[in-house]
Amino acid sequence: MTTYQEFIQQNEDRDGVRFSWNLWPSSRLEATRLVVPVSCLFTPLKERPDLPPVQYEPVMCGRANCKAVLNPLCQVDFRAKIWACNFCFQRNPFPPSYAGISDVNQPAELMPQFSTIEYVVQRGPVAPLIFLYVVDTCLEEEDLQALRESLQMSLSLLPPNALVGLITFGRMVQVHELSCEGIAKSYVFRGTKELSSKQIQEMLGLMKPAVSGQQGRPAAPQDPSATCRFLQPVHRVDMNLTDLLGELQRDPWPVPQGKRPLRSTGVALSVAVGLLEGAFPNTGARVMLFTGGPPTQGPGMVVGDELKTPIRSWHDIQKDNARHLKKSSKYYDTLANRTAVNGHSIDIYACALDQTGLLEMKCLSNLTGGHIVMGDSFNTSLFKQTFQRVFSKDYSGEFRMAFGGTMEVKTSRELKVCGAIGPCVSLGAKGPSVSENEMGVGGTSQWKVCSLNPSTTLAMFFEVVSQHNAPVPQGGRGAIQFVTQYQHSSTQRRIRVTTVARNWADAQSQIQHIESSFDQEASAVIMARLGVFRAESEEGPDVLRWLDRQLIRLFMFHLRRSPFLQVFNNSPDESSYYRHHFVRQDLTQSLIMVQPMLYSYSFHGPPEPVLLDSSSILPDRILLMDTFFQLVIYHGETIAQWRKAGYQEMAEYENFKQLLQAPLDDAQEILQTRFPMPRYVDTEHGGSQARFLLSKVNPSQTHNNSNGWTQEPGAPILTDDVSLQVFMDHLKKLAVSSST
Amino acid sequence: MQNGPPPGSQAPPRPAVSQPYNQGAVNLSGPPQPYPQQYGAPPPMQQVTNQMTGMQISTGPPTAAGPGYAPPHSSQPPTSAAYSIAPHPAYTQGPPPASMAPSQPPPPRDPAPPQPYYGGPPPPQHPASSASAAPLPPPPSSHQSFPPTSYPGPQAPLPAGPQAPLPPGPQAQPPYAQGPPPPGSQPHYAPAPPHAHGSYPAARGPPPPSQPGPYPPAGPPPTSAPPGHYQGTMPPQPPAGQPATYHSGPPPPRAQMPPSSMAQTNHLPPGPQGPPGPLGPPGPLQQPPPQPGMQGGYPPQQNGAFGQVRGPQPGYPGPYPGQQNYGPQAPAPAAQAQKRLDPDAIPSPIQVIEDDRVKTTEPFTTGVRGQAPPLVTSNFHVKDQGNASPRFVRCTAYNMPCTADMAKQSQVPLAAVIKPLATLPPDETPPYLVDHGEAGPIRCNRCKAYMCPYMQFIEGGRRFQCGFCSCVSDVPPHYFQHLDHTGKRVDCYDRPELSLGSYEFLATVDYCKNNKLPQPPAFIFLIDVSYNAVKSGMVNIVCQELKTLLDHLPRENPEMDSVVRVGFVTYNKVLHFYNVKASLAQPQMLVVSDVADMFVPLLDGFLVNVKESRMVIDSLLDQIPEMFADTRETETVFGPVIQAGLEALKAADCAGKLFVFHTSLPIAEAPGKLKNREDKKLIGTDKEKSLFQPQVGFYSTLAKDCVAQGCCVDLFLFPNQYVDVATLGVVPVSTGGSVYKYTYFQAQSDRERFLNDLRRNVEKPMGFDAVLRVRTSTGIRATDFFGSFFMSNTTDVELAGLDCDKTVTVEFRHDDKLSEETGALMQCAVLYTSCSGQRRLRVHNMAVNCCSQLADLYRNCETDTIINFFSKYAFRSVLTSPTKTVREGLVNQCAAILACYRKNCASPSSAGQLILPECMKLLPVYLNCVLKSDVLLPAADVSLDDRAYLRQLLSGMDVSESHVFFYPRLLPLMKLEGDSLPLAVRDSEERLSKGGAYLLETGLHLFLWVGANAQQELLLNIFGTPSFGQIDPNLTSLPVLDNPFSKRLREIVDAFRAQRSRYMKLIVVKQEDKAELIFRHFLVEDKNASGGASYVDFLCHMHKEIRQLLS
Repeated sequence: MTTYQEFIQQNEDRDGVRFSWNLWPSSRLEATRLVVPVSCLFTPLKERPDLPPVQYEPVMCGRANCKAVLNPLCQVDFRAKIWACNFCFQRNPFPPSYAGISDVNQPAELMPQFSTIEYVVQRGPVAPLIFLYVVDTCLEEEDLQALRESLQMSLSLLPPNALVGLITFGRMVQVHELSCEGIAKSYVFRGTKELSSKQIQEMLGLMKPAVSGQQGRPAAPQDPSATCRFLQPVHRVDMNLTDLLGELQRDPWPVPQGKRPLRSTGVALSVAVGLLEGAFPNTGARVMLFTGGPPTQGPGMVVGDELKTPIRSWHDIQKDNARHLKKSSKYYDTLANRTAVNGHSIDIYACALDQTGLLEMKCLSNLTGGHIVMGDSFNTSLFKQTFQRVFSKDYSGEFRMAFGGTMEVKTSRELKVCGAIGPCVSLGAKGPSVSENEMGVGGTSQWKVCSLNPSTTLAMFFEVVSQHNAPVPQGGRGAIQFVTQYQHSSTQRRIRVTTVARNWADAQSQIQHIESSFDQEASAVIMARLGVFRAESEEGPDVLRWLDRQLIRLFMFHLRRSPFLQVFNNSPDESSYYRHHFVRQDLTQSLIMVQPMLYSYSFHGPPEPVLLDSSSILPDRILLMDTFFQLVIYHGETIAQWRKAGYQEMAEYENFKQLLQAPLDDAQEILQTRFPMPRYVDTEHGGSQARFLLSKVNPSQTHNNSNGWTQEPGAPILTDDVSLQVFMDHLKKLAVSSST
Repeated sequence: MQNGPPPGSQAPPRPAVSQPYNQGAVNLSGPPQPYPQQYGAPPPMQQVTNQMTGMQISTGPPTAAGPGYAPPHSSQPPTSAAYSIAPHPAYTQGPPPASMAPSQPPPPRDPAPPQPYYGGPPPPQHPASSASAAPLPPPPSSHQSFPPTSYPGPQAPLPAGPQAPLPPGPQAQPPYAQGPPPPGSQPHYAPAPPHAHGSYPAARGPPPPSQPGPYPPAGPPPTSAPPGHYQGTMPPQPPAGQPATYHSGPPPPRAQMPPSSMAQTNHLPPGPQGPPGPLGPPGPLQQPPPQPGMQGGYPPQQNGAFGQVRGPQPGYPGPYPGQQNYGPQAPAPAAQAQKRLDPDAIPSPIQVIEDDRVKTTEPFTTGVRGQAPPLVTSNFHVKDQGNASPRFVRCTAYNMPCTADMAKQSQVPLAAVIKPLATLPPDETPPYLVDHGEAGPIRCNRCKAYMCPYMQFIEGGRRFQCGFCSCVSDVPPHYFQHLDHTGKRVDCYDRPELSLGSYEFLATVDYCKNNKLPQPPAFIFLIDVSYNAVKSGMVNIVCQELKTLLDHLPRENPEMDSVVRVGFVTYNKVLHFYNVKASLAQPQMLVVSDVADMFVPLLDGFLVNVKESRMVIDSLLDQIPEMFADTRETETVFGPVIQAGLEALKAADCAGKLFVFHTSLPIAEAPGKLKNREDKKLIGTDKEKSLFQPQVGFYSTLAKDCVAQGCCVDLFLFPNQYVDVATLGVVPVSTGGSVYKYTYFQAQSDRERFLNDLRRNVEKPMGFDAVLRVRTSTGIRATDFFGSFFMSNTTDVELAGLDCDKTVTVEFRHDDKLSEETGALMQCAVLYTSCSGQRRLRVHNMAVNCCSQLADLYRNCETDTIINFFSKYAFRSVLTSPTKTVREGLVNQCAAILACYRKNCASPSSAGQLILPECMKLLPVYLNCVLKSDVLLPAADVSLDDRAYLRQLLSGMDVSESHVFFYPRLLPLMKLEGDSLPLAVRDSEERLSKGGAYLLETGLHLFLWVGANAQQELLLNIFGTPSFGQIDPNLTSLPVLDNPFSKRLREIVDAFRAQRSRYMKLIVVKQEDKAELIFRHFLVEDKNASGGASYVDFLCHMHKEIRQLLS
C-alpha cells in the first residue's frame, strides 16, 4: 500500500496536479469546516518526456454544455461502441474512426496511464511564433550596448521561421520596418498620445482604405505583405536586424539637468499591442519589453520627468500620494486585457537601479503569462542569462514555451469550480460547473493563459456542492478534467487533457482519512497564493489579518515575513515582481519562495540543510541560501578570514579549497535551471550583502535578547521582528483562546 | 493738350466720350450707343478724339495732336514721326489749329514737327509761336539744329537753372531744346518711323493709313473692334471734335516738352509727344515758365502742367488762347481728319520709356530731396548720398502734399514700395555694416528711430535732435564727435549712418528672440511623393537637382561653406522624415502617420550640415525616386507638412525656410484638409470674393505660428487640377514666402523653368525672422501695408523670411501737417537674421519734399509706382468686395486724380479736352491693364487658382516687375543689331507685322510670336528652318544656331530671364495658331475677349469720368 506521500508524488509526476486534500469531504458543510478549500496546483504543461502526443483529435461528449473528452474514467461498452461521459453521464457513440475498438484494442485515451494525454490538432492555419521586441533607448550607453548584444544574440536563438519585429522608444516610439532594402524605415509615434488600436493600424498602413460597397467587412488587416513589413521571418532579416540593432542610438533628445529622460513606455506598448492585434490576432506572440526606467510621459506614465519628484513608494501609496498610480495602472490593465484577448503575451525586462513602474505594469505580464525580470542593469549576467534562458529548449529540442492557451475545467456534479490564481484571465465561460463563490479569477470555467511554459502552475479552487443530507455514496469518486488547448512552439495546435479523480469521504466518519490525505505543502502554497492574490487587491494589514484568521492552524510564519505579503523594505516594484513569480511557479519553487532553503557547508560533515535561523549562522560554516530570487553564499567569520589569508591557494589546504568550491558548485546547479536567474550574492560575515541572509533567517537572536558575551552560537539580527519562538508562543495562546 | 480748339466742342465731347466707351459702357451723353452717337455726333467724336489727342498732348502724345491732324493728311506725322507716320498730316491739321491760335503748333510741326517748337522755344520762337504759326517754323529748325549738338549746350543750361525752379524763359527753352535732344531722341524716333513704315508695313500700314486716310483708313486698320466703332464715329467727330480735344493738350504738351525735351523729338510741337519728358520736368518745367512769358509760356505750362498753371495761367486769360494755340495745332489736325482716336496719338508707354531711357545718362544721386528717380525701365547707376536708392525704395510721390486736405483732394496715393534686401548691380556698393558696439545702434530716445543723416547734432555734438519726432537725445560718450562750422559732425563722411541713405547695423543680443543670439537658419525640403508627383517626374527632378543645389546654399562669404543646415521630408498621406546624420551608412526613414497631431520624430540627424552628410544625403536623394516609383497613393496632406517643418525648426531652435513641392488638393484626413470648391458660377457675383479667401481658418493660425518661429514657407505647386491656391497660399504669403505654380507640369517641357526658379530661390540672399518697421516724421504715418508678411499689431511688419525680391508696400496718411521746409522723412528699419546667422538691422532712409501747391505734387509723381500701389490695393480688395466694385473704385480714384489735376493745375480749357499731368499720362493705359488683369476681369479659361496665384504674386512685386506684368514688353525681332535692344512696340495686335517675329515678356511668360509671312531668312536665323510650317510650336528653348542673329536673340532671352525673379518659359506662338489666343491676352492695348476695353476706348471712358467729376 502506498503512502499518501507516494500517491501525491505519483499524481504530480503523471498529471502535474497536487490537491490540498486527496480525499474530499462529501458535503459542502464539511468542506467549509476544513478551512483549506478543496483546491489544487495544476501545471498544465508539465514536462512528460514519456508522453508522446497522439496525432488525432479528442473524442468529445456530445452534450452541448459538457463536451468532456473521452478519458480512462469513462465507462465504455465496446460491443455497442458506446461510451458514457463520466461528467454528465451522456451516452455517446464512438466516431467511425473508432470502429475497430475492443477490449484488447483500446485507444490511448482509455488507458489509465494516459490520464493525461496530448492531442495534436491538424486543422487550422499554422502561424509562426512572433517575437516583438520593444526596446527602450533612454539607456546609458553601456547598458544599451549590452542590450544590443543580447538582442542580437537572441536572434540566433529564435526559431528560424519565427517572425520578429522591433519597436524602439524614448521620447518617440518607432516601429521599424524590416523588409526594406536600402533606407531603413520606421514609423514614428508621438509618445504622449493615446491611440486606439484602429488608429495605430491605420497609421502603420495595416488597413486597406475603406472601400465603399464593402461595408461590414471587419477592419482587420488584409494585406499580409503590409504586415510583414514590421514582422519578418528571422532567417530572412537577421542581417538587417542585426545591423539595425547595431545602429540603435540612444534617444537623441536632450535631457535637461534635473530631469528624467522622457520615456514613452505606455505608447510603445500600446503600439506593439495594436500592431499584433491587427496583424496576428489569436496566434502566439510575445511582446518583449526592455526598459531601463519608469515611463515618464504620455499614457501610462508612472512618474513625471522632474527628478526632484521621486517615484512612488509604498508610503506614498498608503498616503494616497501616488499621483499617476491609478490612472496608469488602469491604462496598463486595459492594455493587458486587450493583449490577453488576442492570445499574446508581454514580457517585461526591467533593468534599472531605481524602480521602473512594475507595480503599474505588472498586469501586462500577470494577465498574459509573460515574464517579468528585474535587474540592476542590462549589463549583468542576471539579465543576460535570464534572457537567454527564455529561449531554452526541452529534451526534444522544442522551445519551452507555448502560446495562446485556453484551459477549461470540467467537474463532476458534486463539484464546482470557484476560480484560478495564476497567469491567466477569465474567458467568462459560464456553465453548470461554475460556482458562484469566487476565489481568485472566478465566474468561469475557462481561462486564457496566453503564454505557458512547463512550470507554469495555476492554483484552482473548487467547491463541494453536495448537501449535507445527501451525501455522496461511499466509494464514489469526484472527477475533474482539465482541457488545455495551446499553440506549441513548433506552431502545432495541441490539446492536453488531464482527468483526475478523488474519492469522497464522509468527514464525520472518516475524518482521520481526510486528515491524512492533507497535502501540507500544496496547501501552504495554495493558501499563500490566495494571500498574495488578496494582497494585490486589498490593503496589506487586512490581508495579514485574514491570513492569521484563516491559517491560525498552519505554519505560516515565513509567509507572513515574506516579501509577498510584507512590503516593508521593498519597493512597490519589487513587491510586484515577487508576487508575479509566486503566482506562477510550481510547488517546489513556491515553497522555496515562502521558506528559503539554507544549506550549511563545514568541515564537520557533508553539506546539510539547516534551520533558517540566526542560530545557523556560525563562524566556521559556509551557508548557501536559496530564496528563489537570490542565491546567497555566506562565509562565516572564520572561513572568511581564512579565505582572505589565501589558504585555499596552498596545496596543503586543498580541502579548504574544496570546501569553498562546494557551495559554488551547488549554486551553479541551481543557477542553471532557475528562471529567472536569481541574484547571485557571494558575501561573508560583516559584508554589506550579508543583509540578504540576515533578513530571511528567523531572528531567534536579536540585539534585544542577546549581547556580545553570551555563549550562544549564531549571529544576532538587528530587527524588531518577532522570532519564530515568540510567534509560536503567541499562536498557541491564540489557538487556545479562540477555541473557547 | 490744348489742342481742342473748338470751344464749342464741350457738348460734343461727352458724346464722344460715351462712344469710346462702348465698352466702358458708361453712358455718357444721351447718345450712349456708340455707333449711333458717333455718327450722330460727329463733332463729339472729334472732340473725343481730340480729347484723346489732347491727352496725348499732355503726354508725349503730342503726336496725338498729330494724329488728330493726321486725318487730314496722315496727320499724325508730327510727333508721330516717332509714333507713327502720320505726323505730317498732323501738320496739315495744324492748320485747323489756326483757330486755336495754333500758331505755334502748326509751325512747329511743319518745320520739324514738335521739336521745332520746343527747340524753337528759344525765346524768339515762343513768341512766335504765341504769335502764330509762322514763327514756329523757325524754331523747329533751330531745334533740330539743337538736337544734334545742342544737347550739351542746352542741357547745360538746364541743369543750372533747371532744377532750380523756374529758370528764365531761355532756359526753359533750352530744356526743350534738350528735349529735342533731338539728338538722341530724334534718332530714336527717326528710326522708329522708318521701322514703323518699313517694318510694319503690313501691320502699320493700316494705322498710318487710317490716320491719314483719316477716317476711312484709320478706322479699319486700328484695332478691329474699337476701330470699328471709331470708324463709325470717327468720321463725324473729326471735324469739330478734334479741335476741342486738343485743348486739353496744350498745357501738357509743354510738360511733355520739358521732359521730352531731353528725350524727344517726338514732342514736336504738341509737346505732347514730348511726353516722355515727365521726368526731365525739372528743367522743362522751368523752361516753360520762361516761355510762358510769351504764349510759348503756355505751352510750357502744359508740359509742366505744373509750371504753366501757375505762371501763365493766372496771368493769362488771354493765354488761354495761346494755349489753344498750341492746341490749335492739334486741333487743326483733328479738324481735318480725326474722328476717331488714333492709337498713335494717345500717350505711348513705349515712348515714355524710351524717352526716359535716353534721358538717363547721368548717375542718379540721391542727395537731393524730392527728386524722382528714373523709370524702372531705364538703366541707371545710383549714388547714395543720403537717401535710399530707388532700388530699395520707390515712392508714388516725391513731393507730398503738406496737408491731409490736399492729399484727399488730389486722391494721389502716398505710398512707398520698399524692397529692403534688393540686390544691387555689381557696380553699386551694398549697404555698409555699422557696429555701434555692445550698447547697440544709437537711437532716438522717444521714437526709437535709428541714427541717420536726418539727425541734427547740437550742443557741440553732445546731443542730437531726431528728425522724425524732434526729441533731443544725448549722444553716448563713445559716439561723441565734434561738429564742424556747419554743424555737421566731423566724421560725418566716415560714418555710413550719417551720410548714406541705406546701411546696416549689427544688432546686439537685445534685438534677438529670447535674448539669445540666433542659430544659423535651416532649409527643409518637403517633397510630395504621391502618385501624381512621381508620375509627372517632379520627384525625380527635385531629387536630382537638390544634389547640386545643396552646394549653392546662401552664404555671405563666397569663400566659406554655407552654414545653412538642411533637412528632408517626403510625404503623401503620411510624412517621411529622414535621418541623414553623417555617421550613418544609409539614411533612415522615419514615417509619421499621426498627421492629426504632427511632431518631429527626430532631432539629431534631421537638420545637418551638407558638407558633413554629403554621402548620406546623396544616397537619400538617389533612393527617394526609387522608393516611391511604384506608389499608388494619390491622397496628400498639406497642413501637417508645414507643421512638420515648423516643429523641426522649433526643435532646432532656429529660423529657416521650408520648400514644399506639392501636387494636389489635400483631401486626406488631416488638419487643413480641403475640398474642391471651385465654382465658376460665383464669378462675377458678390460671392466671388469668397473664392479668394481661404476656405478654412487653419492655415491662418498656422501661418501665425510659423511667423513666430521665423519659418518662411515657399510653395512649389504642380497641379493637374484645382488645388485651391487661395488657401494653400495663405502660409507662404503670410510668412514672406513665395508660391510657384507649374500647372500640368511635365518633366520634359517644364523642367528648365522649375529648376531655374528653384535654383534662384535657394541661392538668393535672404533674411530670416525679420521685423520691418517704418517710422515717419511727424505729420504722416504709415497706415497700411501690402506684401507677403504677417502683422500682429498695426506697426510691425513681421516676415518669417525676406528675400531680395520681396517688396513691402507702405501707404502713408496724414495725421498732421507737413512742412515744406523739412519735407517728409521716412525710415524703414528691418531687423533680420542673415543667412550666416548674424542678427542685423537694415535701415533705409528716404526724404521727400512737401508742397502746398497741388501742381508740385503732380509734377513729382511716379506712375509706375502708383500703378504698383493701386494694383496691390485692388488685388487685396477683392478679398472683401466684389471685383466689380473694386474696378469701379479704381476708375473713380484715377478719374479723381486726373480731374483734380485738370481742375487745379491745368490751364482752363475746354471741357472736351483731356489734360493729363505729364507724370501721369500713362496712368490711363496702365490702369486699364490693371482692370483687365485676370484677377479683376478673368477670361473664361482662367482658373480660380490662376487668379488666386496672380493675386498673391502681385502682392510682393516691385515696381519693375509689376510694370512689365501689366504692360508686357514687346520687342520686334526683325532687326536685331548691335548691343542695344530694338525699340519695343506697343502691346497691340496692329503693331505686329505678319512678316516679322516678336518677343513678348511679361515677367512670368516669354512668347515668341512668329508672323505667318515671316521672312525665310528670319526663320532660318531663329529656328534653322525656312518654313513657317516646320516651326515646332512646342519648342521651349531656341535652337542653338551659329549665326549672329540667333546668338543675339538667345542673349536677349537670357538677359530677360536674368532680370526677373522667376524664370520665364519660352512659348513659341505661330500666328493663327491656337496658342495665339493666349498670346493675344497680353496685347493689353487691345480689347480683349473677356470684355476688357482697348486703350483707346478706356481713355475715352476716363475722359468721360473726369468730365463728370468736373461738371
